[in-house]
Amino acid sequence: MVENRPYLNVISHLIIIICIGIVMLPVWITFVASTHPIEALLTQPIPMWPGDRLFENYALVLTAGIADAGGVPVGVMMINSLIMALSITIGKIAISLIAAYAIVYFRFPFRMTCFWIIFMTLMLPVEVRILPTFKVVADLGMLNSYAGLSIPLIASATATFLFRQFFLTVPEELAEAARIDGAGPLKFFIDILMPLSRTNIAALFVILFIYGWNQYLWPLLITTEESFYTVVMGIQRMVNVSESLPVWHLVMATTILAMLPPVIVVVTMQRLFVKGLIETEK
Amino acid sequence: MNKRVVFRHRWLPYALLAPQLFITLIFFVWPASQALYQSLLIEDAFGLASEFVWFDNFIDLFADEHYLASFRTTIIFSVSVAGLSMSLSLLLAVMADRVIHGAMVYKTLLIWPYAVAPAVAGVLWFFMFNPTVGINAYVLHLLGYDWNHYLNGTDALILVIIAASWNLISYNFLFFLAGLQSIPRSLIEAAAIDGASPVKRFWTIVFPLLSPTTFFLLVVNSVFAFFNTFGIIHATTEGGPLQSTTILVYKVFNDGFIGLDLGGSAAQSVVLMAIVIALTVFQFRYIERKVEY
Repeated sequence: MVENRPYLNVISHLIIIICIGIVMLPVWITFVASTHPIEALLTQPIPMWPGDRLFENYALVLTAGIADAGGVPVGVMMINSLIMALSITIGKIAISLIAAYAIVYFRFPFRMTCFWIIFMTLMLPVEVRILPTFKVVADLGMLNSYAGLSIPLIASATATFLFRQFFLTVPEELAEAARIDGAGPLKFFIDILMPLSRTNIAALFVILFIYGWNQYLWPLLITTEESFYTVVMGIQRMVNVSESLPVWHLVMATTILAMLPPVIVVVTMQRLFVKGLIETEK
Repeated sequence: MNKRVVFRHRWLPYALLAPQLFITLIFFVWPASQALYQSLLIEDAFGLASEFVWFDNFIDLFADEHYLASFRTTIIFSVSVAGLSMSLSLLLAVMADRVIHGAMVYKTLLIWPYAVAPAVAGVLWFFMFNPTVGINAYVLHLLGYDWNHYLNGTDALILVIIAASWNLISYNFLFFLAGLQSIPRSLIEAAAIDGASPVKRFWTIVFPLLSPTTFFLLVVNSVFAFFNTFGIIHATTEGGPLQSTTILVYKVFNDGFIGLDLGGSAAQSVVLMAIVIALTVFQFRYIERKVEY
Protein backbone atom coordinates (compact mmCIF):
# COMPACT_ATOMS: atom_id res chain seq x y z
CA MET A 1 0.00 0.00 0.00
CA VAL A 2 1.32 3.38 -1.00
CA GLU A 3 -0.78 5.90 0.90
CA ASN A 4 -3.29 5.79 3.71
CA ARG A 5 -6.83 5.94 2.40
CA PRO A 6 -9.11 4.48 5.07
CA TYR A 7 -12.28 4.68 2.97
CA LEU A 8 -10.68 2.85 0.08
CA ASN A 9 -9.51 0.13 2.45
CA VAL A 10 -13.02 -0.37 3.78
CA ILE A 11 -14.37 -0.48 0.23
CA SER A 12 -11.70 -3.02 -0.80
CA HIS A 13 -12.61 -5.34 2.06
CA LEU A 14 -16.29 -4.90 1.31
CA ILE A 15 -15.91 -5.76 -2.39
CA ILE A 16 -13.84 -8.85 -1.63
CA ILE A 17 -16.25 -10.08 1.01
CA ILE A 18 -19.26 -9.59 -1.27
CA CYS A 19 -17.50 -11.39 -4.14
CA ILE A 20 -16.45 -14.26 -1.86
CA GLY A 21 -20.08 -14.44 -0.75
CA ILE A 22 -21.20 -14.78 -4.37
CA VAL A 23 -18.52 -17.39 -5.07
CA MET A 24 -19.47 -19.42 -1.98
CA LEU A 25 -23.24 -19.10 -2.42
CA PRO A 26 -23.82 -22.07 -4.78
CA VAL A 27 -21.91 -24.38 -2.47
CA TRP A 28 -23.80 -23.15 0.59
CA ILE A 29 -27.16 -23.65 -1.16
CA THR A 30 -26.07 -27.10 -2.27
CA PHE A 31 -24.96 -28.03 1.22
CA VAL A 32 -28.20 -26.74 2.75
CA ALA A 33 -30.26 -28.66 0.21
CA SER A 34 -28.36 -31.84 1.02
CA THR A 35 -29.40 -31.67 4.68
CA HIS A 36 -33.16 -31.50 4.14
CA PRO A 37 -35.81 -34.09 3.33
CA ILE A 38 -37.12 -33.88 -0.24
CA GLU A 39 -40.40 -32.30 0.92
CA ALA A 40 -38.56 -29.14 1.91
CA LEU A 41 -37.25 -28.76 -1.65
CA LEU A 42 -40.55 -29.00 -3.46
CA THR A 43 -41.92 -25.54 -2.75
CA GLN A 44 -40.34 -22.15 -3.33
CA PRO A 45 -38.49 -20.61 -1.64
CA ILE A 46 -36.26 -23.44 -0.51
CA PRO A 47 -34.67 -23.20 2.96
CA MET A 48 -31.45 -21.22 3.40
CA TRP A 49 -30.40 -22.86 6.66
CA PRO A 50 -29.29 -26.50 7.16
CA GLY A 51 -31.92 -29.03 8.19
CA ASP A 52 -31.63 -32.09 10.38
CA ARG A 53 -31.17 -34.82 7.78
CA LEU A 54 -27.43 -34.47 7.25
CA PHE A 55 -26.45 -37.95 8.41
CA GLU A 56 -29.44 -39.80 6.96
CA ASN A 57 -29.01 -38.28 3.48
CA TYR A 58 -25.27 -38.81 3.29
CA ALA A 59 -25.42 -42.32 4.72
CA LEU A 60 -28.13 -43.17 2.19
CA VAL A 61 -26.22 -41.99 -0.90
CA LEU A 62 -22.92 -43.43 0.26
CA THR A 63 -24.24 -46.92 0.88
CA ALA A 64 -27.28 -47.29 -1.39
CA GLY A 65 -27.09 -44.58 -4.06
CA ILE A 66 -30.12 -43.24 -5.86
CA ALA A 67 -32.62 -45.82 -7.08
CA ASP A 68 -33.78 -43.80 -10.14
CA ALA A 69 -30.23 -43.47 -11.40
CA GLY A 70 -29.29 -47.15 -11.27
CA GLY A 71 -28.75 -47.33 -7.51
CA VAL A 72 -24.95 -47.39 -7.58
CA PRO A 73 -23.70 -46.50 -4.08
CA VAL A 74 -21.77 -43.23 -4.18
CA GLY A 75 -19.21 -44.87 -1.90
CA VAL A 76 -18.32 -47.27 -4.73
CA MET A 77 -18.11 -44.40 -7.23
CA MET A 78 -15.81 -42.46 -4.94
CA ILE A 79 -13.49 -45.44 -4.60
CA ASN A 80 -13.43 -45.73 -8.41
CA SER A 81 -12.64 -42.03 -8.69
CA LEU A 82 -9.86 -42.39 -6.15
CA ILE A 83 -8.32 -45.36 -7.95
CA MET A 84 -8.51 -43.51 -11.28
CA ALA A 85 -7.11 -40.26 -9.88
CA LEU A 86 -4.22 -41.96 -8.09
CA SER A 87 -3.30 -44.19 -11.06
CA ILE A 88 -3.27 -41.20 -13.40
CA THR A 89 -1.24 -39.08 -10.97
CA ILE A 90 1.35 -41.70 -10.07
CA GLY A 91 1.56 -43.00 -13.62
CA LYS A 92 2.07 -39.56 -15.13
CA ILE A 93 4.74 -38.60 -12.60
CA ALA A 94 6.60 -41.90 -12.95
CA ILE A 95 6.80 -42.05 -16.74
CA SER A 96 7.49 -38.32 -17.09
CA LEU A 97 10.34 -38.43 -14.59
CA ILE A 98 12.18 -41.20 -16.40
CA ALA A 99 11.45 -39.76 -19.85
CA ALA A 100 12.77 -36.33 -18.84
CA TYR A 101 15.84 -37.99 -17.30
CA ALA A 102 16.59 -39.83 -20.54
CA ILE A 103 16.19 -36.65 -22.60
CA VAL A 104 18.37 -34.47 -20.38
CA TYR A 105 21.13 -36.83 -19.25
CA PHE A 106 21.76 -38.98 -22.32
CA ARG A 107 22.82 -38.41 -25.91
CA PHE A 108 21.38 -40.88 -28.37
CA PRO A 109 20.05 -40.95 -31.94
CA PHE A 110 16.48 -39.64 -32.36
CA ARG A 111 16.58 -37.79 -29.05
CA MET A 112 14.83 -34.73 -30.46
CA THR A 113 12.34 -36.87 -32.39
CA CYS A 114 11.27 -38.47 -29.12
CA PHE A 115 11.00 -35.05 -27.56
CA TRP A 116 8.71 -33.80 -30.33
CA ILE A 117 6.50 -36.88 -30.21
CA ILE A 118 5.95 -36.22 -26.51
CA PHE A 119 5.36 -32.54 -27.23
CA MET A 120 2.55 -33.46 -29.65
CA THR A 121 0.38 -34.81 -26.84
CA LEU A 122 -0.05 -31.23 -25.73
CA MET A 123 -1.91 -30.50 -28.95
CA LEU A 124 -4.19 -33.53 -28.86
CA PRO A 125 -6.61 -33.39 -25.92
CA VAL A 126 -9.10 -36.26 -25.62
CA GLU A 127 -11.90 -33.98 -26.73
CA VAL A 128 -10.58 -33.67 -30.29
CA ARG A 129 -9.94 -37.37 -30.92
CA ILE A 130 -12.89 -38.93 -29.13
CA LEU A 131 -14.01 -41.61 -31.57
CA PRO A 132 -10.68 -43.07 -32.77
CA THR A 133 -9.30 -43.21 -29.22
CA PHE A 134 -12.43 -44.96 -28.06
CA LYS A 135 -11.96 -47.46 -30.88
CA VAL A 136 -8.34 -48.16 -29.90
CA VAL A 137 -9.34 -48.77 -26.29
CA ALA A 138 -12.25 -50.98 -27.34
CA ASP A 139 -10.00 -53.03 -29.66
CA LEU A 140 -7.54 -53.55 -26.83
CA GLY A 141 -10.39 -54.83 -24.64
CA MET A 142 -9.85 -52.11 -22.08
CA LEU A 143 -13.46 -50.90 -21.77
CA ASN A 144 -14.83 -51.13 -18.24
CA SER A 145 -11.50 -51.54 -16.51
CA TYR A 146 -9.28 -49.41 -14.33
CA ALA A 147 -6.51 -49.76 -16.91
CA GLY A 148 -8.80 -48.28 -19.55
CA LEU A 149 -9.76 -45.45 -17.23
CA SER A 150 -6.21 -44.41 -16.46
CA ILE A 151 -3.55 -45.60 -18.94
CA PRO A 152 -4.70 -43.60 -22.00
CA LEU A 153 -4.54 -40.40 -19.93
CA ILE A 154 -1.10 -41.05 -18.49
CA ALA A 155 1.10 -39.58 -21.24
CA SER A 156 1.88 -36.00 -20.30
CA ALA A 157 3.90 -33.38 -22.11
CA THR A 158 3.41 -30.89 -19.28
CA ALA A 159 4.94 -33.09 -16.60
CA THR A 160 7.82 -34.12 -18.85
CA PHE A 161 8.58 -30.46 -19.62
CA LEU A 162 8.44 -29.52 -15.98
CA PHE A 163 10.95 -32.19 -14.99
CA ARG A 164 13.17 -31.43 -17.99
CA GLN A 165 13.20 -27.78 -17.01
CA PHE A 166 14.08 -28.70 -13.45
CA PHE A 167 16.83 -31.19 -14.39
CA LEU A 168 18.47 -28.52 -16.55
CA THR A 169 18.87 -26.32 -13.46
CA VAL A 170 20.58 -29.09 -11.44
CA PRO A 171 24.31 -28.19 -11.19
CA GLU A 172 26.60 -30.11 -13.56
CA GLU A 173 29.01 -30.75 -10.69
CA LEU A 174 26.61 -33.22 -9.11
CA ALA A 175 26.64 -35.50 -12.15
CA GLU A 176 30.40 -35.02 -12.51
CA ALA A 177 31.02 -35.95 -8.87
CA ALA A 178 28.71 -38.93 -9.13
CA ARG A 179 30.58 -40.19 -12.19
CA ILE A 180 33.98 -39.74 -10.58
CA ASP A 181 32.77 -41.69 -7.58
CA GLY A 182 31.74 -44.45 -9.95
CA ALA A 183 27.96 -44.13 -9.71
CA GLY A 184 26.06 -45.43 -12.72
CA PRO A 185 23.17 -43.59 -14.37
CA LEU A 186 20.51 -45.42 -12.36
CA LYS A 187 22.24 -44.86 -9.04
CA PHE A 188 22.61 -41.14 -9.84
CA PHE A 189 18.92 -40.94 -10.73
CA ILE A 190 17.67 -42.70 -7.62
CA ASP A 191 20.08 -41.32 -5.01
CA ILE A 192 20.62 -37.76 -6.24
CA LEU A 193 18.04 -36.61 -8.77
CA MET A 194 14.93 -38.07 -7.14
CA PRO A 195 15.54 -36.53 -3.69
CA LEU A 196 16.24 -33.15 -5.35
CA SER A 197 12.94 -33.30 -7.25
CA ARG A 198 10.87 -33.93 -4.13
CA THR A 199 9.06 -30.58 -3.98
CA ASN A 200 8.41 -30.57 -7.72
CA ILE A 201 6.94 -34.04 -7.50
CA ALA A 202 4.71 -33.01 -4.60
CA ALA A 203 3.49 -29.86 -6.36
CA LEU A 204 2.73 -31.82 -9.51
CA PHE A 205 0.96 -34.46 -7.45
CA VAL A 206 -1.58 -31.90 -6.19
CA ILE A 207 -2.33 -30.57 -9.67
CA LEU A 208 -2.54 -33.99 -11.30
CA PHE A 209 -4.71 -35.43 -8.55
CA ILE A 210 -7.30 -32.74 -9.25
CA TYR A 211 -6.96 -33.35 -12.99
CA GLY A 212 -7.46 -37.08 -12.51
CA TRP A 213 -10.37 -36.83 -10.09
CA ASN A 214 -12.21 -34.34 -12.30
CA GLN A 215 -12.07 -36.39 -15.52
CA TYR A 216 -15.50 -36.47 -17.09
CA LEU A 217 -15.61 -37.24 -20.81
CA TRP A 218 -13.23 -40.18 -20.67
CA PRO A 219 -15.01 -42.23 -17.96
CA LEU A 220 -18.29 -41.34 -19.64
CA LEU A 221 -17.11 -42.99 -22.87
CA ILE A 222 -15.48 -46.12 -21.62
CA THR A 223 -17.58 -47.19 -18.64
CA THR A 224 -20.87 -48.84 -19.39
CA GLU A 225 -20.82 -51.11 -16.35
CA GLU A 226 -22.14 -49.39 -13.27
CA SER A 227 -19.49 -50.84 -11.00
CA PHE A 228 -16.88 -48.69 -12.81
CA TYR A 229 -18.74 -45.36 -12.68
CA THR A 230 -16.78 -42.48 -11.23
CA VAL A 231 -18.52 -39.94 -9.04
CA VAL A 232 -18.04 -36.87 -11.25
CA MET A 233 -19.68 -38.55 -14.24
CA GLY A 234 -22.21 -40.38 -12.07
CA ILE A 235 -23.89 -37.13 -11.03
CA GLN A 236 -24.97 -36.50 -14.59
CA ARG A 237 -27.19 -39.59 -14.52
CA MET A 238 -28.83 -38.38 -11.33
CA VAL A 239 -29.58 -34.91 -12.69
CA ASN A 240 -30.95 -36.01 -16.04
CA VAL A 241 -33.32 -38.73 -14.87
CA SER A 242 -36.09 -39.38 -17.35
CA GLU A 243 -39.77 -39.26 -16.44
CA SER A 244 -39.33 -37.88 -12.96
CA LEU A 245 -37.89 -34.94 -11.06
CA PRO A 246 -34.37 -35.38 -9.72
CA VAL A 247 -34.27 -36.29 -6.02
CA TRP A 248 -32.52 -33.02 -5.33
CA HIS A 249 -31.55 -33.60 -1.69
CA LEU A 250 -29.64 -36.78 -2.59
CA VAL A 251 -28.19 -35.33 -5.81
CA MET A 252 -26.87 -32.38 -3.82
CA ALA A 253 -25.35 -34.68 -1.19
CA THR A 254 -23.55 -36.51 -4.01
CA THR A 255 -22.38 -33.21 -5.48
CA ILE A 256 -20.84 -32.21 -2.16
CA LEU A 257 -19.14 -35.60 -1.87
CA ALA A 258 -17.80 -35.32 -5.44
CA MET A 259 -16.08 -32.01 -4.81
CA LEU A 260 -14.89 -32.64 -1.27
CA PRO A 261 -11.65 -34.63 -1.93
CA PRO A 262 -10.06 -32.25 -4.48
CA VAL A 263 -11.15 -29.18 -2.51
CA ILE A 264 -9.60 -30.59 0.67
CA VAL A 265 -6.38 -31.31 -1.24
CA VAL A 266 -6.20 -27.75 -2.59
CA VAL A 267 -6.99 -26.03 0.69
CA THR A 268 -4.68 -28.12 2.88
CA MET A 269 -1.78 -28.10 0.40
CA GLN A 270 -2.26 -24.53 -0.72
CA ARG A 271 1.40 -23.66 -1.11
CA LEU A 272 2.22 -26.75 -3.18
CA PHE A 273 -0.91 -26.16 -5.23
CA VAL A 274 0.03 -22.60 -6.16
CA LYS A 275 3.59 -23.68 -6.96
CA GLY A 276 2.36 -26.53 -9.14
CA LEU A 277 -0.14 -24.32 -10.93
CA ILE A 278 2.40 -21.67 -11.82
CA GLU A 279 5.18 -24.12 -12.72
CA THR A 280 3.08 -26.25 -15.04
CA GLU A 281 2.11 -23.19 -17.07
CA LYS A 282 5.68 -22.09 -17.73
CA MET B 1 20.22 -25.82 -23.69
CA ASN B 2 22.13 -29.04 -23.09
CA LYS B 3 24.01 -30.76 -20.31
CA ARG B 4 27.80 -30.93 -20.58
CA VAL B 5 28.07 -34.03 -18.41
CA VAL B 6 26.07 -36.91 -19.77
CA PHE B 7 25.92 -40.63 -19.24
CA ARG B 8 26.68 -43.20 -21.91
CA HIS B 9 24.56 -46.26 -22.28
CA ARG B 10 23.42 -48.19 -25.29
CA TRP B 11 19.83 -49.11 -24.41
CA LEU B 12 18.99 -47.44 -21.10
CA PRO B 13 17.71 -44.11 -22.52
CA TYR B 14 15.36 -45.95 -24.89
CA ALA B 15 14.08 -48.10 -22.05
CA LEU B 16 13.44 -44.98 -19.97
CA LEU B 17 11.55 -43.30 -22.80
CA ALA B 18 9.65 -46.41 -23.86
CA PRO B 19 6.57 -46.17 -21.59
CA GLN B 20 5.89 -42.53 -22.44
CA LEU B 21 6.44 -43.03 -26.19
CA PHE B 22 4.41 -46.22 -26.21
CA ILE B 23 1.35 -44.56 -24.67
CA THR B 24 1.74 -41.46 -26.81
CA LEU B 25 1.90 -43.46 -30.03
CA ILE B 26 -0.99 -45.80 -29.20
CA PHE B 27 -3.42 -43.38 -27.58
CA PHE B 28 -2.48 -40.05 -29.12
CA VAL B 29 -0.68 -40.21 -32.45
CA TRP B 30 -2.47 -43.23 -33.91
CA PRO B 31 -6.03 -42.03 -33.06
CA ALA B 32 -5.22 -38.55 -34.31
CA SER B 33 -3.98 -39.93 -37.62
CA GLN B 34 -7.11 -42.09 -37.78
CA ALA B 35 -9.22 -38.98 -37.32
CA LEU B 36 -7.31 -37.30 -40.14
CA TYR B 37 -7.81 -40.30 -42.44
CA GLN B 38 -11.44 -40.83 -41.44
CA SER B 39 -12.23 -37.19 -42.18
CA LEU B 40 -11.50 -37.85 -45.86
CA LEU B 41 -13.91 -40.81 -46.09
CA ILE B 42 -17.66 -41.20 -46.40
CA GLU B 43 -19.26 -44.38 -45.09
CA ASP B 44 -22.50 -45.75 -46.44
CA ALA B 45 -25.55 -45.98 -44.19
CA PHE B 46 -24.70 -49.48 -42.98
CA GLY B 47 -21.04 -48.82 -42.27
CA LEU B 48 -20.04 -51.57 -44.71
CA ALA B 49 -18.18 -49.65 -47.36
CA SER B 50 -16.41 -46.36 -47.34
CA GLU B 51 -15.36 -44.12 -50.15
CA PHE B 52 -12.45 -41.73 -50.36
CA VAL B 53 -13.88 -38.31 -51.00
CA TRP B 54 -11.01 -35.89 -50.39
CA PHE B 55 -12.29 -32.75 -48.69
CA ASP B 56 -16.02 -33.27 -49.24
CA ASN B 57 -16.63 -33.73 -45.51
CA PHE B 58 -15.06 -30.37 -44.79
CA ILE B 59 -17.01 -28.68 -47.59
CA ASP B 60 -20.22 -30.20 -46.22
CA LEU B 61 -19.26 -29.13 -42.73
CA PHE B 62 -18.80 -25.49 -43.57
CA ALA B 63 -21.97 -25.48 -45.64
CA ASP B 64 -23.90 -26.92 -42.70
CA GLU B 65 -25.99 -24.32 -40.98
CA HIS B 66 -25.96 -26.21 -37.67
CA TYR B 67 -22.18 -26.38 -37.66
CA LEU B 68 -21.81 -22.68 -38.34
CA ALA B 69 -24.35 -21.97 -35.61
CA SER B 70 -22.30 -24.12 -33.26
CA PHE B 71 -19.19 -22.14 -34.21
CA ARG B 72 -20.99 -18.89 -33.39
CA THR B 73 -22.21 -20.30 -30.06
CA THR B 74 -18.69 -21.40 -29.18
CA ILE B 75 -17.28 -17.96 -29.91
CA ILE B 76 -19.99 -16.14 -27.94
CA PHE B 77 -19.47 -18.62 -25.12
CA SER B 78 -15.65 -18.33 -25.01
CA VAL B 79 -15.59 -14.54 -25.26
CA SER B 80 -18.21 -14.18 -22.52
CA VAL B 81 -16.53 -16.68 -20.22
CA ALA B 82 -13.09 -15.09 -20.64
CA GLY B 83 -14.49 -11.57 -20.28
CA LEU B 84 -16.67 -12.23 -17.26
CA SER B 85 -14.21 -14.39 -15.38
CA MET B 86 -11.14 -12.27 -16.07
CA SER B 87 -12.72 -8.93 -15.20
CA LEU B 88 -14.10 -10.27 -11.93
CA SER B 89 -10.82 -11.91 -10.98
CA LEU B 90 -8.85 -8.79 -11.87
CA LEU B 91 -11.10 -6.72 -9.61
CA LEU B 92 -10.65 -9.25 -6.81
CA ALA B 93 -6.89 -9.46 -7.31
CA VAL B 94 -6.48 -5.66 -7.25
CA MET B 95 -8.50 -5.47 -4.04
CA ALA B 96 -6.66 -8.40 -2.44
CA ASP B 97 -3.34 -6.81 -3.40
CA ARG B 98 -4.36 -3.58 -1.61
CA VAL B 99 -5.48 -4.99 1.72
CA ILE B 100 -2.96 -5.92 4.37
CA HIS B 101 -5.11 -7.68 6.90
CA GLY B 102 -6.80 -10.89 5.91
CA ALA B 103 -5.13 -11.27 2.52
CA MET B 104 -4.23 -14.91 3.23
CA VAL B 105 -7.76 -15.73 4.40
CA TYR B 106 -9.24 -14.19 1.26
CA LYS B 107 -6.82 -16.12 -0.91
CA THR B 108 -7.77 -19.42 0.74
CA LEU B 109 -11.45 -18.65 0.29
CA LEU B 110 -10.96 -17.89 -3.40
CA ILE B 111 -8.72 -20.69 -4.65
CA TRP B 112 -10.90 -23.73 -4.12
CA PRO B 113 -13.31 -23.36 -7.10
CA TYR B 114 -10.35 -24.54 -9.20
CA ALA B 115 -10.67 -27.95 -7.59
CA VAL B 116 -14.33 -28.34 -8.53
CA ALA B 117 -14.86 -30.39 -11.69
CA PRO B 118 -16.52 -28.45 -14.55
CA ALA B 119 -19.40 -30.94 -14.57
CA VAL B 120 -19.95 -30.43 -10.83
CA ALA B 121 -19.74 -26.64 -11.21
CA GLY B 122 -22.41 -26.95 -13.90
CA VAL B 123 -24.67 -28.93 -11.57
CA LEU B 124 -24.23 -26.36 -8.75
CA TRP B 125 -25.50 -23.51 -10.93
CA PHE B 126 -28.07 -25.73 -12.63
CA PHE B 127 -29.64 -26.24 -9.22
CA MET B 128 -29.44 -22.53 -8.30
CA PHE B 129 -31.22 -21.56 -11.50
CA ASN B 130 -33.64 -24.48 -11.63
CA PRO B 131 -37.07 -23.05 -12.53
CA THR B 132 -38.93 -25.10 -9.92
CA VAL B 133 -36.55 -25.23 -6.95
CA GLY B 134 -33.67 -22.84 -7.69
CA ILE B 135 -33.13 -19.83 -5.48
CA ASN B 136 -31.92 -17.60 -8.32
CA ALA B 137 -34.88 -18.46 -10.51
CA TYR B 138 -37.11 -17.59 -7.54
CA VAL B 139 -35.47 -14.20 -7.05
CA LEU B 140 -35.67 -13.50 -10.78
CA HIS B 141 -39.33 -14.46 -10.69
CA LEU B 142 -39.93 -11.95 -7.89
CA LEU B 143 -38.19 -9.34 -10.04
CA GLY B 144 -40.57 -10.16 -12.85
CA TYR B 145 -38.43 -12.38 -15.11
CA ASP B 146 -39.50 -15.94 -15.81
CA TRP B 147 -36.21 -17.82 -16.01
CA ASN B 148 -36.40 -21.16 -17.74
CA HIS B 149 -33.27 -22.73 -19.17
CA TYR B 150 -35.25 -25.78 -20.27
CA LEU B 151 -37.13 -23.71 -22.85
CA ASN B 152 -35.22 -20.50 -23.40
CA GLY B 153 -31.95 -20.83 -25.32
CA THR B 154 -30.50 -17.53 -24.09
CA ASP B 155 -31.16 -18.49 -20.47
CA ALA B 156 -29.42 -21.82 -21.02
CA LEU B 157 -26.40 -20.14 -22.58
CA ILE B 158 -26.16 -17.64 -19.73
CA LEU B 159 -26.34 -20.52 -17.25
CA VAL B 160 -23.36 -22.36 -18.75
CA ILE B 161 -21.40 -19.11 -19.14
CA ILE B 162 -21.85 -18.33 -15.44
CA ALA B 163 -20.89 -21.86 -14.40
CA ALA B 164 -17.75 -21.86 -16.56
CA SER B 165 -16.68 -18.39 -15.38
CA TRP B 166 -17.15 -19.41 -11.76
CA ASN B 167 -14.95 -22.44 -12.37
CA LEU B 168 -12.14 -20.26 -13.78
CA ILE B 169 -12.16 -17.50 -11.16
CA SER B 170 -9.52 -18.97 -8.85
CA TYR B 171 -7.09 -19.66 -11.66
CA ASN B 172 -7.34 -16.13 -13.05
CA PHE B 173 -7.23 -14.65 -9.57
CA LEU B 174 -3.99 -16.43 -8.65
CA PHE B 175 -2.24 -15.40 -11.85
CA PHE B 176 -3.43 -11.79 -11.67
CA LEU B 177 -2.35 -11.58 -8.03
CA ALA B 178 1.10 -12.96 -8.88
CA GLY B 179 1.30 -10.47 -11.76
CA LEU B 180 0.32 -7.55 -9.53
CA GLN B 181 2.85 -8.49 -6.89
CA SER B 182 5.67 -8.56 -9.43
CA ILE B 183 5.10 -4.92 -10.45
CA PRO B 184 7.88 -2.78 -8.90
CA ARG B 185 6.54 -0.75 -5.99
CA SER B 186 8.81 2.18 -6.86
CA LEU B 187 6.84 2.89 -10.05
CA ILE B 188 3.57 3.10 -8.18
CA GLU B 189 5.10 5.16 -5.38
CA ALA B 190 6.58 7.62 -7.88
CA ALA B 191 3.18 8.08 -9.49
CA ALA B 192 1.59 8.56 -6.07
CA ILE B 193 4.10 11.27 -5.20
CA ASP B 194 3.23 12.99 -8.47
CA GLY B 195 -0.34 13.06 -7.25
CA ALA B 196 -1.92 10.30 -9.39
CA SER B 197 -5.05 8.85 -7.80
CA PRO B 198 -5.37 5.06 -7.29
CA VAL B 199 -7.71 4.79 -10.28
CA LYS B 200 -5.37 6.73 -12.54
CA ARG B 201 -2.40 4.69 -11.32
CA PHE B 202 -4.25 1.52 -12.15
CA TRP B 203 -5.10 2.47 -15.72
CA THR B 204 -1.81 4.15 -16.64
CA ILE B 205 0.73 1.94 -14.84
CA VAL B 206 -0.63 -1.28 -13.40
CA PHE B 207 -2.89 -2.35 -16.24
CA PRO B 208 -0.34 -1.90 -19.05
CA LEU B 209 2.34 -3.70 -17.03
CA LEU B 210 -0.11 -6.51 -16.42
CA SER B 211 -0.76 -7.05 -20.13
CA PRO B 212 1.50 -10.13 -20.50
CA THR B 213 -0.48 -11.87 -17.73
CA THR B 214 -3.77 -10.74 -19.24
CA PHE B 215 -2.75 -12.00 -22.64
CA PHE B 216 -1.60 -15.35 -21.30
CA LEU B 217 -4.82 -15.79 -19.33
CA LEU B 218 -6.84 -14.94 -22.41
CA VAL B 219 -5.29 -17.90 -24.25
CA VAL B 220 -5.73 -20.27 -21.30
CA ASN B 221 -9.33 -19.15 -20.80
CA SER B 222 -10.16 -19.72 -24.45
CA VAL B 223 -8.63 -23.19 -24.36
CA PHE B 224 -10.69 -23.94 -21.26
CA ALA B 225 -13.89 -22.62 -22.82
CA PHE B 226 -13.28 -24.50 -26.06
CA PHE B 227 -12.38 -27.90 -24.66
CA ASN B 228 -12.76 -28.36 -20.91
CA THR B 229 -16.34 -27.15 -20.71
CA PHE B 230 -17.72 -30.34 -22.21
CA GLY B 231 -18.67 -31.52 -18.71
CA ILE B 232 -20.62 -28.36 -17.91
CA ILE B 233 -22.72 -28.67 -21.06
CA HIS B 234 -23.21 -32.41 -20.95
CA ALA B 235 -24.16 -32.56 -17.27
CA THR B 236 -26.68 -29.72 -17.47
CA THR B 237 -28.24 -28.51 -20.73
CA GLU B 238 -27.07 -31.37 -23.01
CA GLY B 239 -26.56 -28.89 -25.83
CA GLY B 240 -30.17 -27.72 -25.78
CA PRO B 241 -32.71 -26.30 -25.91
CA LEU B 242 -32.69 -26.38 -29.72
CA GLN B 243 -28.89 -26.57 -29.94
CA SER B 244 -28.50 -23.20 -28.25
CA THR B 245 -25.65 -24.46 -26.07
CA THR B 246 -24.08 -26.91 -28.52
CA ILE B 247 -20.46 -25.85 -28.52
CA LEU B 248 -18.03 -27.48 -30.97
CA VAL B 249 -16.67 -30.08 -28.55
CA TYR B 250 -20.17 -31.15 -27.63
CA LYS B 251 -21.10 -31.42 -31.30
CA VAL B 252 -18.16 -33.73 -32.07
CA PHE B 253 -19.29 -36.02 -29.29
CA ASN B 254 -22.94 -35.82 -30.24
CA ASP B 255 -22.51 -36.37 -33.99
CA GLY B 256 -19.97 -39.14 -33.48
CA PHE B 257 -21.41 -41.12 -30.59
CA ILE B 258 -25.11 -40.44 -30.82
CA GLY B 259 -25.50 -39.59 -34.51
CA LEU B 260 -22.81 -42.04 -35.69
CA ASP B 261 -21.75 -39.74 -38.53
CA LEU B 262 -18.12 -40.92 -38.54
CA GLY B 263 -16.75 -38.86 -41.43
CA GLY B 264 -18.44 -35.66 -40.28
CA SER B 265 -17.38 -36.13 -36.67
CA ALA B 266 -13.79 -36.84 -37.77
CA ALA B 267 -13.76 -33.71 -39.91
CA GLN B 268 -14.96 -31.73 -36.87
CA SER B 269 -12.18 -33.31 -34.81
CA VAL B 270 -9.64 -32.17 -37.38
CA VAL B 271 -10.96 -28.61 -37.26
CA LEU B 272 -10.71 -28.68 -33.46
CA MET B 273 -7.17 -30.05 -33.66
CA ALA B 274 -6.21 -27.15 -35.91
CA ILE B 275 -7.63 -24.76 -33.32
CA VAL B 276 -5.68 -26.38 -30.44
CA ILE B 277 -2.46 -26.36 -32.46
CA ALA B 278 -2.94 -22.69 -33.32
CA LEU B 279 -3.61 -21.80 -29.67
CA THR B 280 -0.65 -23.85 -28.41
CA VAL B 281 1.78 -22.35 -30.91
CA PHE B 282 0.48 -18.89 -30.01
CA GLN B 283 0.99 -19.55 -26.31
CA PHE B 284 4.51 -20.93 -26.78
CA ARG B 285 5.66 -18.07 -28.98
CA TYR B 286 4.43 -15.64 -26.39
CA ILE B 287 6.11 -17.49 -23.53
CA GLU B 288 9.43 -17.59 -25.38
CA ARG B 289 9.27 -13.83 -25.65
CA LYS B 290 8.66 -13.53 -21.94
CA VAL B 291 11.73 -15.64 -21.19
CA GLU B 292 13.97 -13.44 -23.31
CA TYR B 293 13.11 -10.28 -21.38
